[in-house]
Amino acid sequence: MITTMNPESSAIDPYAGERLKESHFHPRQAALNLRDAWSSWNGYKFADYYYDEEYEYFCVRNSCATYDICPMQKYYVSGKDAQAMLNRMVTRNIANMKEQRVTYVCWCTDEGRMVDDGTIFKLGPDKYMLTCGSPCLAWLRKSAFGFDALTIEDMSDEIAALSFQGPTSCAVLKKMGLAGIDTLKPFGIMHFPFAGSSGEPLMVSRTGFTGDLGYELWIEPGLALDLWDALYAAGSDYGIQPYGEAATNMARLEAGFIMPGREFNEALKTVHYQHDQTPFELSLGWLVDFKKPHFNGRLALLKDRDNGPEYTLVKLDIEGNKPAEESHLYSNERCTKEIGYVTSAMWSPVVKANIALAMIKTQYLQGDIWAEIYYGRELRHNSKVVRCTLQDKPFWAPGRARQTPPPAY
Amino acid sequence: MQPYDTIIIGAGHNGLICATYLARSGQRVLVLEASGSVGGLAATREFHPGFKVSVAHTVSHFSAKVVDDLDLAAHGYTSAPAPMRTVGLTLGGEHVVLAGADVGGVSAQDIRRYRDYRRLLQRFADLLKPFWLKTMPRIGASSLGELMTFARLGLRLRLLGKRDMGEFMRVATLPARDLMDEYFDHELLKAVLSWDGLIGSKMAPRSPNATIMAMLYRMSGEHHGAHSIPDGGIEGLVKALHSAALAAGVEVRTGARAGRIQILANDNGLRARGVELADGECIDAGLVVSATDPQRTFLELVGVENLEIEFTNRIQRLRCDGFVAKLHLALNGLPNFNGLAQPDGRMIIAPNMDAIEFAFDDSKYGEYSQQPVMEIVVPSLHHSSLAPEGQHVLSAHIMYVPYKLKGGWTEEARARLCERAVDIIAQYAPGLKQQILHSELLTPADLERDHNVTGGHWHHTELSIDQMLMMRPTYGAAQYSTPIPGLFLCGAGSHPGGGLMGGPGHNAAREILGKKS
Repeated sequence: MITTMNPESSAIDPYAGERLKESHFHPRQAALNLRDAWSSWNGYKFADYYYDEEYEYFCVRNSCATYDICPMQKYYVSGKDAQAMLNRMVTRNIANMKEQRVTYVCWCTDEGRMVDDGTIFKLGPDKYMLTCGSPCLAWLRKSAFGFDALTIEDMSDEIAALSFQGPTSCAVLKKMGLAGIDTLKPFGIMHFPFAGSSGEPLMVSRTGFTGDLGYELWIEPGLALDLWDALYAAGSDYGIQPYGEAATNMARLEAGFIMPGREFNEALKTVHYQHDQTPFELSLGWLVDFKKPHFNGRLALLKDRDNGPEYTLVKLDIEGNKPAEESHLYSNERCTKEIGYVTSAMWSPVVKANIALAMIKTQYLQGDIWAEIYYGRELRHNSKVVRCTLQDKPFWAPGRARQTPPPAY
Repeated sequence: MQPYDTIIIGAGHNGLICATYLARSGQRVLVLEASGSVGGLAATREFHPGFKVSVAHTVSHFSAKVVDDLDLAAHGYTSAPAPMRTVGLTLGGEHVVLAGADVGGVSAQDIRRYRDYRRLLQRFADLLKPFWLKTMPRIGASSLGELMTFARLGLRLRLLGKRDMGEFMRVATLPARDLMDEYFDHELLKAVLSWDGLIGSKMAPRSPNATIMAMLYRMSGEHHGAHSIPDGGIEGLVKALHSAALAAGVEVRTGARAGRIQILANDNGLRARGVELADGECIDAGLVVSATDPQRTFLELVGVENLEIEFTNRIQRLRCDGFVAKLHLALNGLPNFNGLAQPDGRMIIAPNMDAIEFAFDDSKYGEYSQQPVMEIVVPSLHHSSLAPEGQHVLSAHIMYVPYKLKGGWTEEARARLCERAVDIIAQYAPGLKQQILHSELLTPADLERDHNVTGGHWHHTELSIDQMLMMRPTYGAAQYSTPIPGLFLCGAGSHPGGGLMGGPGHNAAREILGKKS
């Protein structure tokens, strides 16, 4: 401990404004972060992992685990113009969305370059919640200009949210007393009474970022620790464990989900022209609904669809067991014709395959694909060239992720 | 069958010009005008029994090509054979007088330098002149035609010769003050010469931007940009435009306020399909062309829900606040200005460039100056039907009067400015106050209300480097077409800009006809 001549000054933190914020679940998560492996997300202290990333990954796949999504950005968009404003912003048509449903969306610049992806929760006739990975308020404000019957509230700090994923997640929620949770369909929302509070302060959506059975729990910050305690009490026999960014990244790759900074650059943050992506490049063309007469980027995206994107994001099954991290891809084994690059790669324990997401020039998708993989073995650098095979389906998509009620474990 | 091929919103001069070109090529054209008369800011109206005036009180660069193309002479338009003198007023009557290539009231050295200055600026004005009537290339354009426009501009620049080309590049965005200080000694001369670069803008002599460009734009006119009042007055010009339009088969409906541009929305996207009037009547047409300003066109008539987000924000950010108020005086006789035999010139009250700058300074903070600077004409001297026999109209543009006055434009604020302006003019024209039968002051907010032009801005939106050429009004709508298929722009908010010129109406018609063929 450092002592100072002036004991009073130690009470003043000169970096107070710079310190990471603590999540509403921080007291519990800090106690479980055995490795003190903290990084940050949107200004929050955020765990890379708590004990061991692979252990946490196996909990996600084989029992259940919690992932703190307090740092995720959440906005209430409400008012008579809310639907019109959001529908003009996102590429999908949300006009027919039912209440208490969630939908995955992306939104683009006028040039059709992807700003971000996220989810829209329809919470009432004129009330929506938009969630996304990065702060989006500036874009929302731009998008809202001219819509008068509209309020946008940044709820990011006002809602405590916990992702709860894995095959035993439904069983744990049932044990916690959430009556009827097993009837909740994928992308559905239910509300529950909690801890004797009035009304139904606990919102549960059947959503997640692991491609498996899982839920996201939303509650007011004052009840966050009670929620944690109730969940962990119910989950103690079901292998409940917190997981961090590292395990999330493994699970989402197996599910084929994209990550900003890996598969795509948020369009408003790129410096170079077209170092960002269109939904078609990211194989998210299914999110773009041209039946909708107008949405941001529509004209540019029509061109992109008709001309075909220069690159296409694909799933690769790669020979061998060496992860193809940051590999270049070639159309021939001699590696003379470069056709793309790997964005994310791993050895998938659950699929037992060497998998990757990769950006490949669309015109070369039909031919051979070879990856040049560099790997280390006891400080020796090695490289090898292996064949890659395109995969259509997500690497990991168990039936339980879609079944209602989900199978009991 | 649709009754009309094209509906044009706004019967200002650009709307009428565009309509006439379209009708002459066989289109059935309807022009909708919200107010009771055609002509927009150039419309002549009675402001006191027997006394008439138009907000635009002179012409400086009305397009000779439009006059020829539309046979305006056959419809009664005759341009003034000679321009008016421009007179920089002094209290003592030792005025600075500009008449063509001659300048009086200044030193021999300033006279010599004025000839050099004028020769150089005329070279630059001639260089740019063809481009005011061209469609500017799209940013990032690669079509041969568009690249040719760039190539032609480059070639013409090169043909200036190395020295003048360099000088053009240096001078084009120079603050007017620097250019004047380089050339002249006489303070009033400098103020008078910079005036045409400044009036109608939110810029003053020290503003580095497009004041020299605005000057060169005006110098494209037939008398090298010198102002004149046509025979028949501004009224005569508007009547000729109206008559040419009617003769071409254009239908003009006044008192017909557009409420909404109707948009057809289906899985092919959006398309303009007609206009819904404020009273609910819907009129279909294949094309809609807006001569009204870009903000009103897009934010009110189209609606943001039909536009893209970044485009909307660029339109919203357009700088549309006007800074010119208009003073109209009905006089029982000819005003008598110190040292002037006849007040038949264009008279400028701006003793030096600092006076202009200080007036501008106040306006930046939402005030108007107690020493406003202004341009005065007595249009009834040139066009006698504006006032009863022996009586006159005094018309003055007053700079810099903010659209958004701190505290808002109240009746009292307007009256105070009117009184102050009259006081100032009376210093130069003693006896004026006793001649006044009626006075009227129109603030930019009044011009907005009466003429349906956002901010009361002469150019619909500031004519500045960031909003001119291929940036006017903004990229994505700078070639008269808009992001909405079937919707075009033809007003002062489009290249080349405002003032009584006709370029936007002419250029838009060419684009529309080119697109259809």
